[in-house]
Amino acid sequence: MSAREAMIKRMKDLPSTHLLGTGTPMCAGCGGLEALHEVYDVLGENSVFVNAAGCMTLLSVYPFTPFRGSWLYTAMASAPAGAQGVRDALDILLEKKRVTKAEDLEVAVLTGDGAAYGMGLSATSGAIERNLDFLYLCYDNEGYGNTGQQYSGATPHAAKTATSGGPRGFAGYKKDLFAIWVAHKPAYVATVVGAEPLDLARKIEKAKQLTGPRLIIALAPCPPGWGYDPKDSVDIGRLAVRTGVWPLKEYVDGKVVHTKIPHPRRPVEEYLSKQGRFAHLFAPKRNEALLAQLQAKVDAYWAQVSE
Amino acid sequence: MSRQLLTGNGAAAWGARLARVDYVPAFPITPQTEIIETLAAWLETDTMDGRLVTLESEHSMITAAGAAAATGVRVFTATSSQGLLYAMEMIYTVAGWRAPFVMINVSRGLAAPITLESDHNDIMAARDAGCLQIHCATCQEVLDSTLMAYRIAEDERIRLPVIVNMDGFYLSFTREPVELPTVEEANGFLPPFDAENVVFRASAPTSQAVAVLGGSPYSYFRYEHHLAVLKGNEVYDEVAAEFAERFGRRHEAVEAYRSEDAELLFVMTGSFATKAREAVDRLRDSGVGIGLLRPRLLRPFPETRLRELLAGKQAVAVIDQNLSMGKGGVMHAELASALYGQPDMPPILASFVGGLGGRNISAEEFFEIAKVLQTAVAEGKTPPPRLLYTRDELREMRKLQAVAQVEREELGGGR
Repeated sequence: MSAREAMIKRMKDLPSTHLLGTGTPMCAGCGGLEALHEVYDVLGENSVFVNAAGCMTLLSVYPFTPFRGSWLYTAMASAPAGAQGVRDALDILLEKKRVTKAEDLEVAVLTGDGAAYGMGLSATSGAIERNLDFLYLCYDNEGYGNTGQQYSGATPHAAKTATSGGPRGFAGYKKDLFAIWVAHKPAYVATVVGAEPLDLARKIEKAKQLTGPRLIIALAPCPPGWGYDPKDSVDIGRLAVRTGVWPLKEYVDGKVVHTKIPHPRRPVEEYLSKQGRFAHLFAPKRNEALLAQLQAKVDAYWAQVSE
Repeated sequence: MSRQLLTGNGAAAWGARLARVDYVPAFPITPQTEIIETLAAWLETDTMDGRLVTLESEHSMITAAGAAAATGVRVFTATSSQGLLYAMEMIYTVAGWRAPFVMINVSRGLAAPITLESDHNDIMAARDAGCLQIHCATCQEVLDSTLMAYRIAEDERIRLPVIVNMDGFYLSFTREPVELPTVEEANGFLPPFDAENVVFRASAPTSQAVAVLGGSPYSYFRYEHHLAVLKGNEVYDEVAAEFAERFGRRHEAVEAYRSEDAELLFVMTGSFATKAREAVDRLRDSGVGIGLLRPRLLRPFPETRLRELLAGKQAVAVIDQNLSMGKGGVMHAELASALYGQPDMPPILASFVGGLGGRNISAEEFFEIAKVLQTAVAEGKTPPPRLLYTRDELREMRKLQAVAQVEREELGGGR
């Protein structure tokens, strides 16, 4: 780690060199790609991204890649096991002095919420339990985005998706993956969003200094999946934080700390009303009961957060 | 060289040890577990220099195996039956990575109904995955094939996973005398793994296993993979020849037993072929001109060699220890496709299915099969496929059903 990176305190401390190439097939305004750009700038090119099936599988399409470092596509369920194989192999090569320390790589899993919250959860749990030294980045667009936004274990209550198109939207509730990970007591867990780049960079910087499992969920506003104009991605990301829908927090040394407590907390409605997936809450008639329920859920969350 | 009584599982573990494997991603499953327990004991006592990691599933185990091989270490793993099927997505996937490693499959029948005992439906399910397959009939072969498999897998013309198959219980838990090469002898045969440029290193960033867009690049890589597996025929022969020179044991791609002057042939894989061998001797004593062909190499399928060995023969009985529902024995179909339309091939190619879920194939059944072949030759007519099952077995089965029925009635659920 360079001295500069160790001192990310203000926006102007953020890396000015951007490592991830352009021209990827991600959608315009992809909040996941935004977060990945910011993560990669801090993580650096001496890394290998082990990818699980999802939107970002298409980042590296033969013979192109936006990464200056390395990449391994695996499958939907087992990217953490791929990271295990690469990490163990590098450790073995280092131990047996078949490669020098300079050849070592930071091993990072790159996965969507479809894999992270569902199919890949067992592999993630296994990797944490084995204390695998890796970074895990989930870009959470709250649905199976790559296949057209069907609901996943990450879909929030009431959101309309390709498989929950009724008047009440998705009947389930977003799974608390942060808490599930924290229950494993890994080295580090954090939530981030690309729209809060300073908070994100500081967390990646911190994660980079730690060893063991370090898991990051990046809320990934998704213009086609959530139903808004791509130019609004940053605003939507900010609103997720300022309305308290997406708490920015980290777990380290056995404690959960909120890194940005919204003051004053804006009404949840401001976030919901900008997205087509929640349009049924407002038209043809306001669904006051459901809106109140969604606000109450956020209020209840923050009521138990000690400042 | 020393001689030890080893189970098939023990022989597999010794194969991995003598191959100086760096990394063993593992997951327990009967009847394979003894392999990883043996390796774990050696690794924990520093008898062996490497690392064993138990993953949370076979799917993850194969992912880790492929990823580690793609990073440039020598990898060994083992599974069986349901485990192989659970891993199947990744078996196909890592083969496409062209990441060489060796996996032992201890064959066991597939659910449902669930069973622990042996047949070949599990390994046959992996036949299109793009791995090479070597099928063993003895514990010695398990050891030798494991060493040979690394040479073949890591050959620059191949660079693919190789699966070494042995039968659960019949080999995995059966002790046989096994000649163990010394470390020096094994090292002389198997040099250290040279991953060349297919690795992950900070100084040489690379993307592996990337997506393709469109059928043309996809087809290119798939065809290339297929051609690499086919190259396995030539590489196998070279490696088997060198192995024979160094160790005095020749493991042909197709074992031919008393086939040269035979008019009739059994074709079988795996440990049950040793039963066929015994039957050949007894049939020969009674004047039946029969022999045995046992393909050790299943992928690539040694078509050329099989055609050579079968040229001019009158009739073949393929005895499959697997069953493709709605089609029949898998190897029968494979052999038929290899022989059809070729000059001088046997006119009779009969199919028999037996030995499912560990069911024995008795000497009498081999004699009966030989008789069916003789009749077929006399009549010039291929007999219908036959599912081996004896009257006595059926009687025992009826007893089980009767017990089940009585109990059902007793519990009030009967019809």
